[in-house]
Amino acid sequence: MSRLAVRKTYKLYIGGAFPRSESGRSYAVTSPKGDFLANASRASRKDVRDAVVAARKAFPGWSGATAYNRGQILYRIAEMLEGRRAQFAEELGGGKKAALEAVDATVDRLVWYAGWSDKIASVHGTANPVAGPYFNLSSPEPTGVVGVVAPEDPLVGLISVIAPAIVTGNTCVVIASERTPLPSITLAEVLATSDLPGGVVNVLTGHQQELAPWLAAHMDVNGLDLTGVSDADLALTCEQAAAENLKRVLRPSPDEDWRAAPALTRMTRFLETKTVWHPMGV
Amino acid sequence: MASFAYAPAPESRDIVDLKPSYGLFINGEFADGSGSPFKTINPATEEKLAEVATASADDVDRAVQAARKAFGVWSAMPGAERAKYLFRIARIIQERARELAVLESLDNGKPIRESRDVDLPLVAAHFFYYAGWADKLEYAGFGADPRPLGVAGQVIPWNFPLLMLAWKIAPALACGNTVVLKPAETTPLTALLFAEICQQADLPPGVVNIVTGAGETGAAVVAHPDVNKVAFTGSTEVGRIIARTVAGTGKKLTLELGGKAANIVFDDAALDQAVEGVVNGIFFNQGHVCCAGSRLLVQESIQDELLTGLKRRLGTLRLGDPLDKNTDIGAINSAEQLAKIRSLSDLGEQEGAERWSPACDLPDKGFWFPPTVFTGVAQSHRIAREEVFGPVLSVLTFRTPAEAVEKANNTPYGLSAGIWTEKGSRILWMADKLRAGVVWANTFNRFDPAAPFGGYKESGYGREGGLLGLEAYLDV
Repeated sequence: MSRLAVRKTYKLYIGGAFPRSESGRSYAVTSPKGDFLANASRASRKDVRDAVVAARKAFPGWSGATAYNRGQILYRIAEMLEGRRAQFAEELGGGKKAALEAVDATVDRLVWYAGWSDKIASVHGTANPVAGPYFNLSSPEPTGVVGVVAPEDPLVGLISVIAPAIVTGNTCVVIASERTPLPSITLAEVLATSDLPGGVVNVLTGHQQELAPWLAAHMDVNGLDLTGVSDADLALTCEQAAAENLKRVLRPSPDEDWRAAPALTRMTRFLETKTVWHPMGV
Repeated sequence: MASFAYAPAPESRDIVDLKPSYGLFINGEFADGSGSPFKTINPATEEKLAEVATASADDVDRAVQAARKAFGVWSAMPGAERAKYLFRIARIIQERARELAVLESLDNGKPIRESRDVDLPLVAAHFFYYAGWADKLEYAGFGADPRPLGVAGQVIPWNFPLLMLAWKIAPALACGNTVVLKPAETTPLTALLFAEICQQADLPPGVVNIVTGAGETGAAVVAHPDVNKVAFTGSTEVGRIIARTVAGTGKKLTLELGGKAANIVFDDAALDQAVEGVVNGIFFNQGHVCCAGSRLLVQESIQDELLTGLKRRLGTLRLGDPLDKNTDIGAINSAEQLAKIRSLSDLGEQEGAERWSPACDLPDKGFWFPPTVFTGVAQSHRIAREEVFGPVLSVLTFRTPAEAVEKANNTPYGLSAGIWTEKGSRILWMADKLRAGVVWANTFNRFDPAAPFGGYKESGYGREGGLLGLEAYLDV
């Protein structure tokens, strides 16, 4: 008789820890064929708030880390992911070849973004030749806490929205794909073992319709990535709520081709520009 | 202290040829508006300057249609040709600078010294700067062939009427967009003179359209379904409404909103220079500046010394006729704004802060408010939290650099900040920690077309000026 497997409990990832939803709720996740896979935590608005608190707390340290350090950590995430290649492929399901390709693309995407940490300021900052005796330099800085509604694509799509937000120094709260949330929690296990400080990435699983408006309306969130929102009414509600404290919004693009080479937009949308002036003189 | 008597030195207003009434500028021609006209007054005297047309939603629609039609021609035109139009406009602005400066001071109330020496040179420079970008966009880092967005709807404030027009129109046109611009209700005249300059420059009809009116006209511009891009400078309150309106439409949006900047003076600062910087920071343009240094954070040990110097300097400021070349402080732009400044200042007293103004005669007619300093201000006071948008300074103190950063950042705004210290490493440390889009160290209120300007947090998003200013008008 074969051994009975020890299953994993899928919980949330907040502030570097793996709590259950404070609401005590869960929902069944099934395969495309309808087979039961696991019960995922169904996060509540209180979990959203806890996650924002964790992200805000992590912001000074993460944004204050050197770009080199952030790049090293993102590269470390790629290494850890590579080591769990088979696990992720199995969790993604579907054809084995396609699943492995998806994991590989995810690792490669991370490596690509890792390298941007200490280069984005060189291509998105400017030395300004002002008409006067002044030193004048513009540099990009992270916006702050970014709320992310992740796309359906459970791994490449997920990492393609997380990596650009955090590589520049933002911290984030991610609402994972509702239908395929399991890889997001396994990714959280990778993040938790990659020297990424707790709270830089917080992952919530649950119902997008229920959670996204709270994240969009939260007054301590500075940016909102609506990439994974496919419902036009929900997108409108969220964008309107985001106006209250002038969040920087990345609008929905649920059908994005996640294998295509990314533009810089996912990074630059959540960057501020700071221009510093100083007179020259003796 | 010796006081100097100055004879009046008024700039002649004869150079301005005021018409009794002005129309809208649509498709290269002046046209009547369908709304009931409004009058624009000289805030220094309350005399009527002219009647100005009000654009209804239909008029705005005609302007957008004209801009849409012109977009085909304008966006297809080689960048080098667009550049030459913008250079031409820059040159005509320089040629007519005196006239524009006098008109600006008449309509806005700002001292002629400022409109002549700050606003107008910056306006011309802004067109000159972006003209040069028009045929170099492929080098700006936004891709090999960055495309314009289409029709830009732009709404601008009354504090720097022509300069804000330049900040909006120059990059929009350089990138190949066409525009419908609504100037502020109280300061429409220089925008309408700019329309005439577009005619003189032979700018193709419809590339620039100017629609005048109040908030309703602006709302119609923002909400028009055929506008691809909305750019707004003004209050955070209106910015929120615009962001809500634009939600779900796919229109690109940039907002330059309010501020409550901290001007931070350390004990090792060059005090005389710091005093000048603090004065320039909050009393420039009567404090009608979104990036004004309205909160003075002074290190506790030098508070008395700095305040003594500041009060002495404020006693020498000359308030009065905006057209007098010796005037430092002009008129408050409108009765409405004056009421707001008065009400917030009264609140400051009620909340327990100590109010001080130099001896200062205010003219009988017009809208005036003396330079005002509040000491003993707490962070919770409304005068320390809300944008007064007037010549009112709130003084707070700090002991350590970390406390200065904490207090400076304790605001929903994040437009600008000032640092005064002789210690270079402290400047850089502070500049790094301050959450503000522009940080002036040992200077304040400097502007340049090559330097990006714009805010963090509730001061809005997007940048104006510099290479990054192009992003707002390109499909990227």
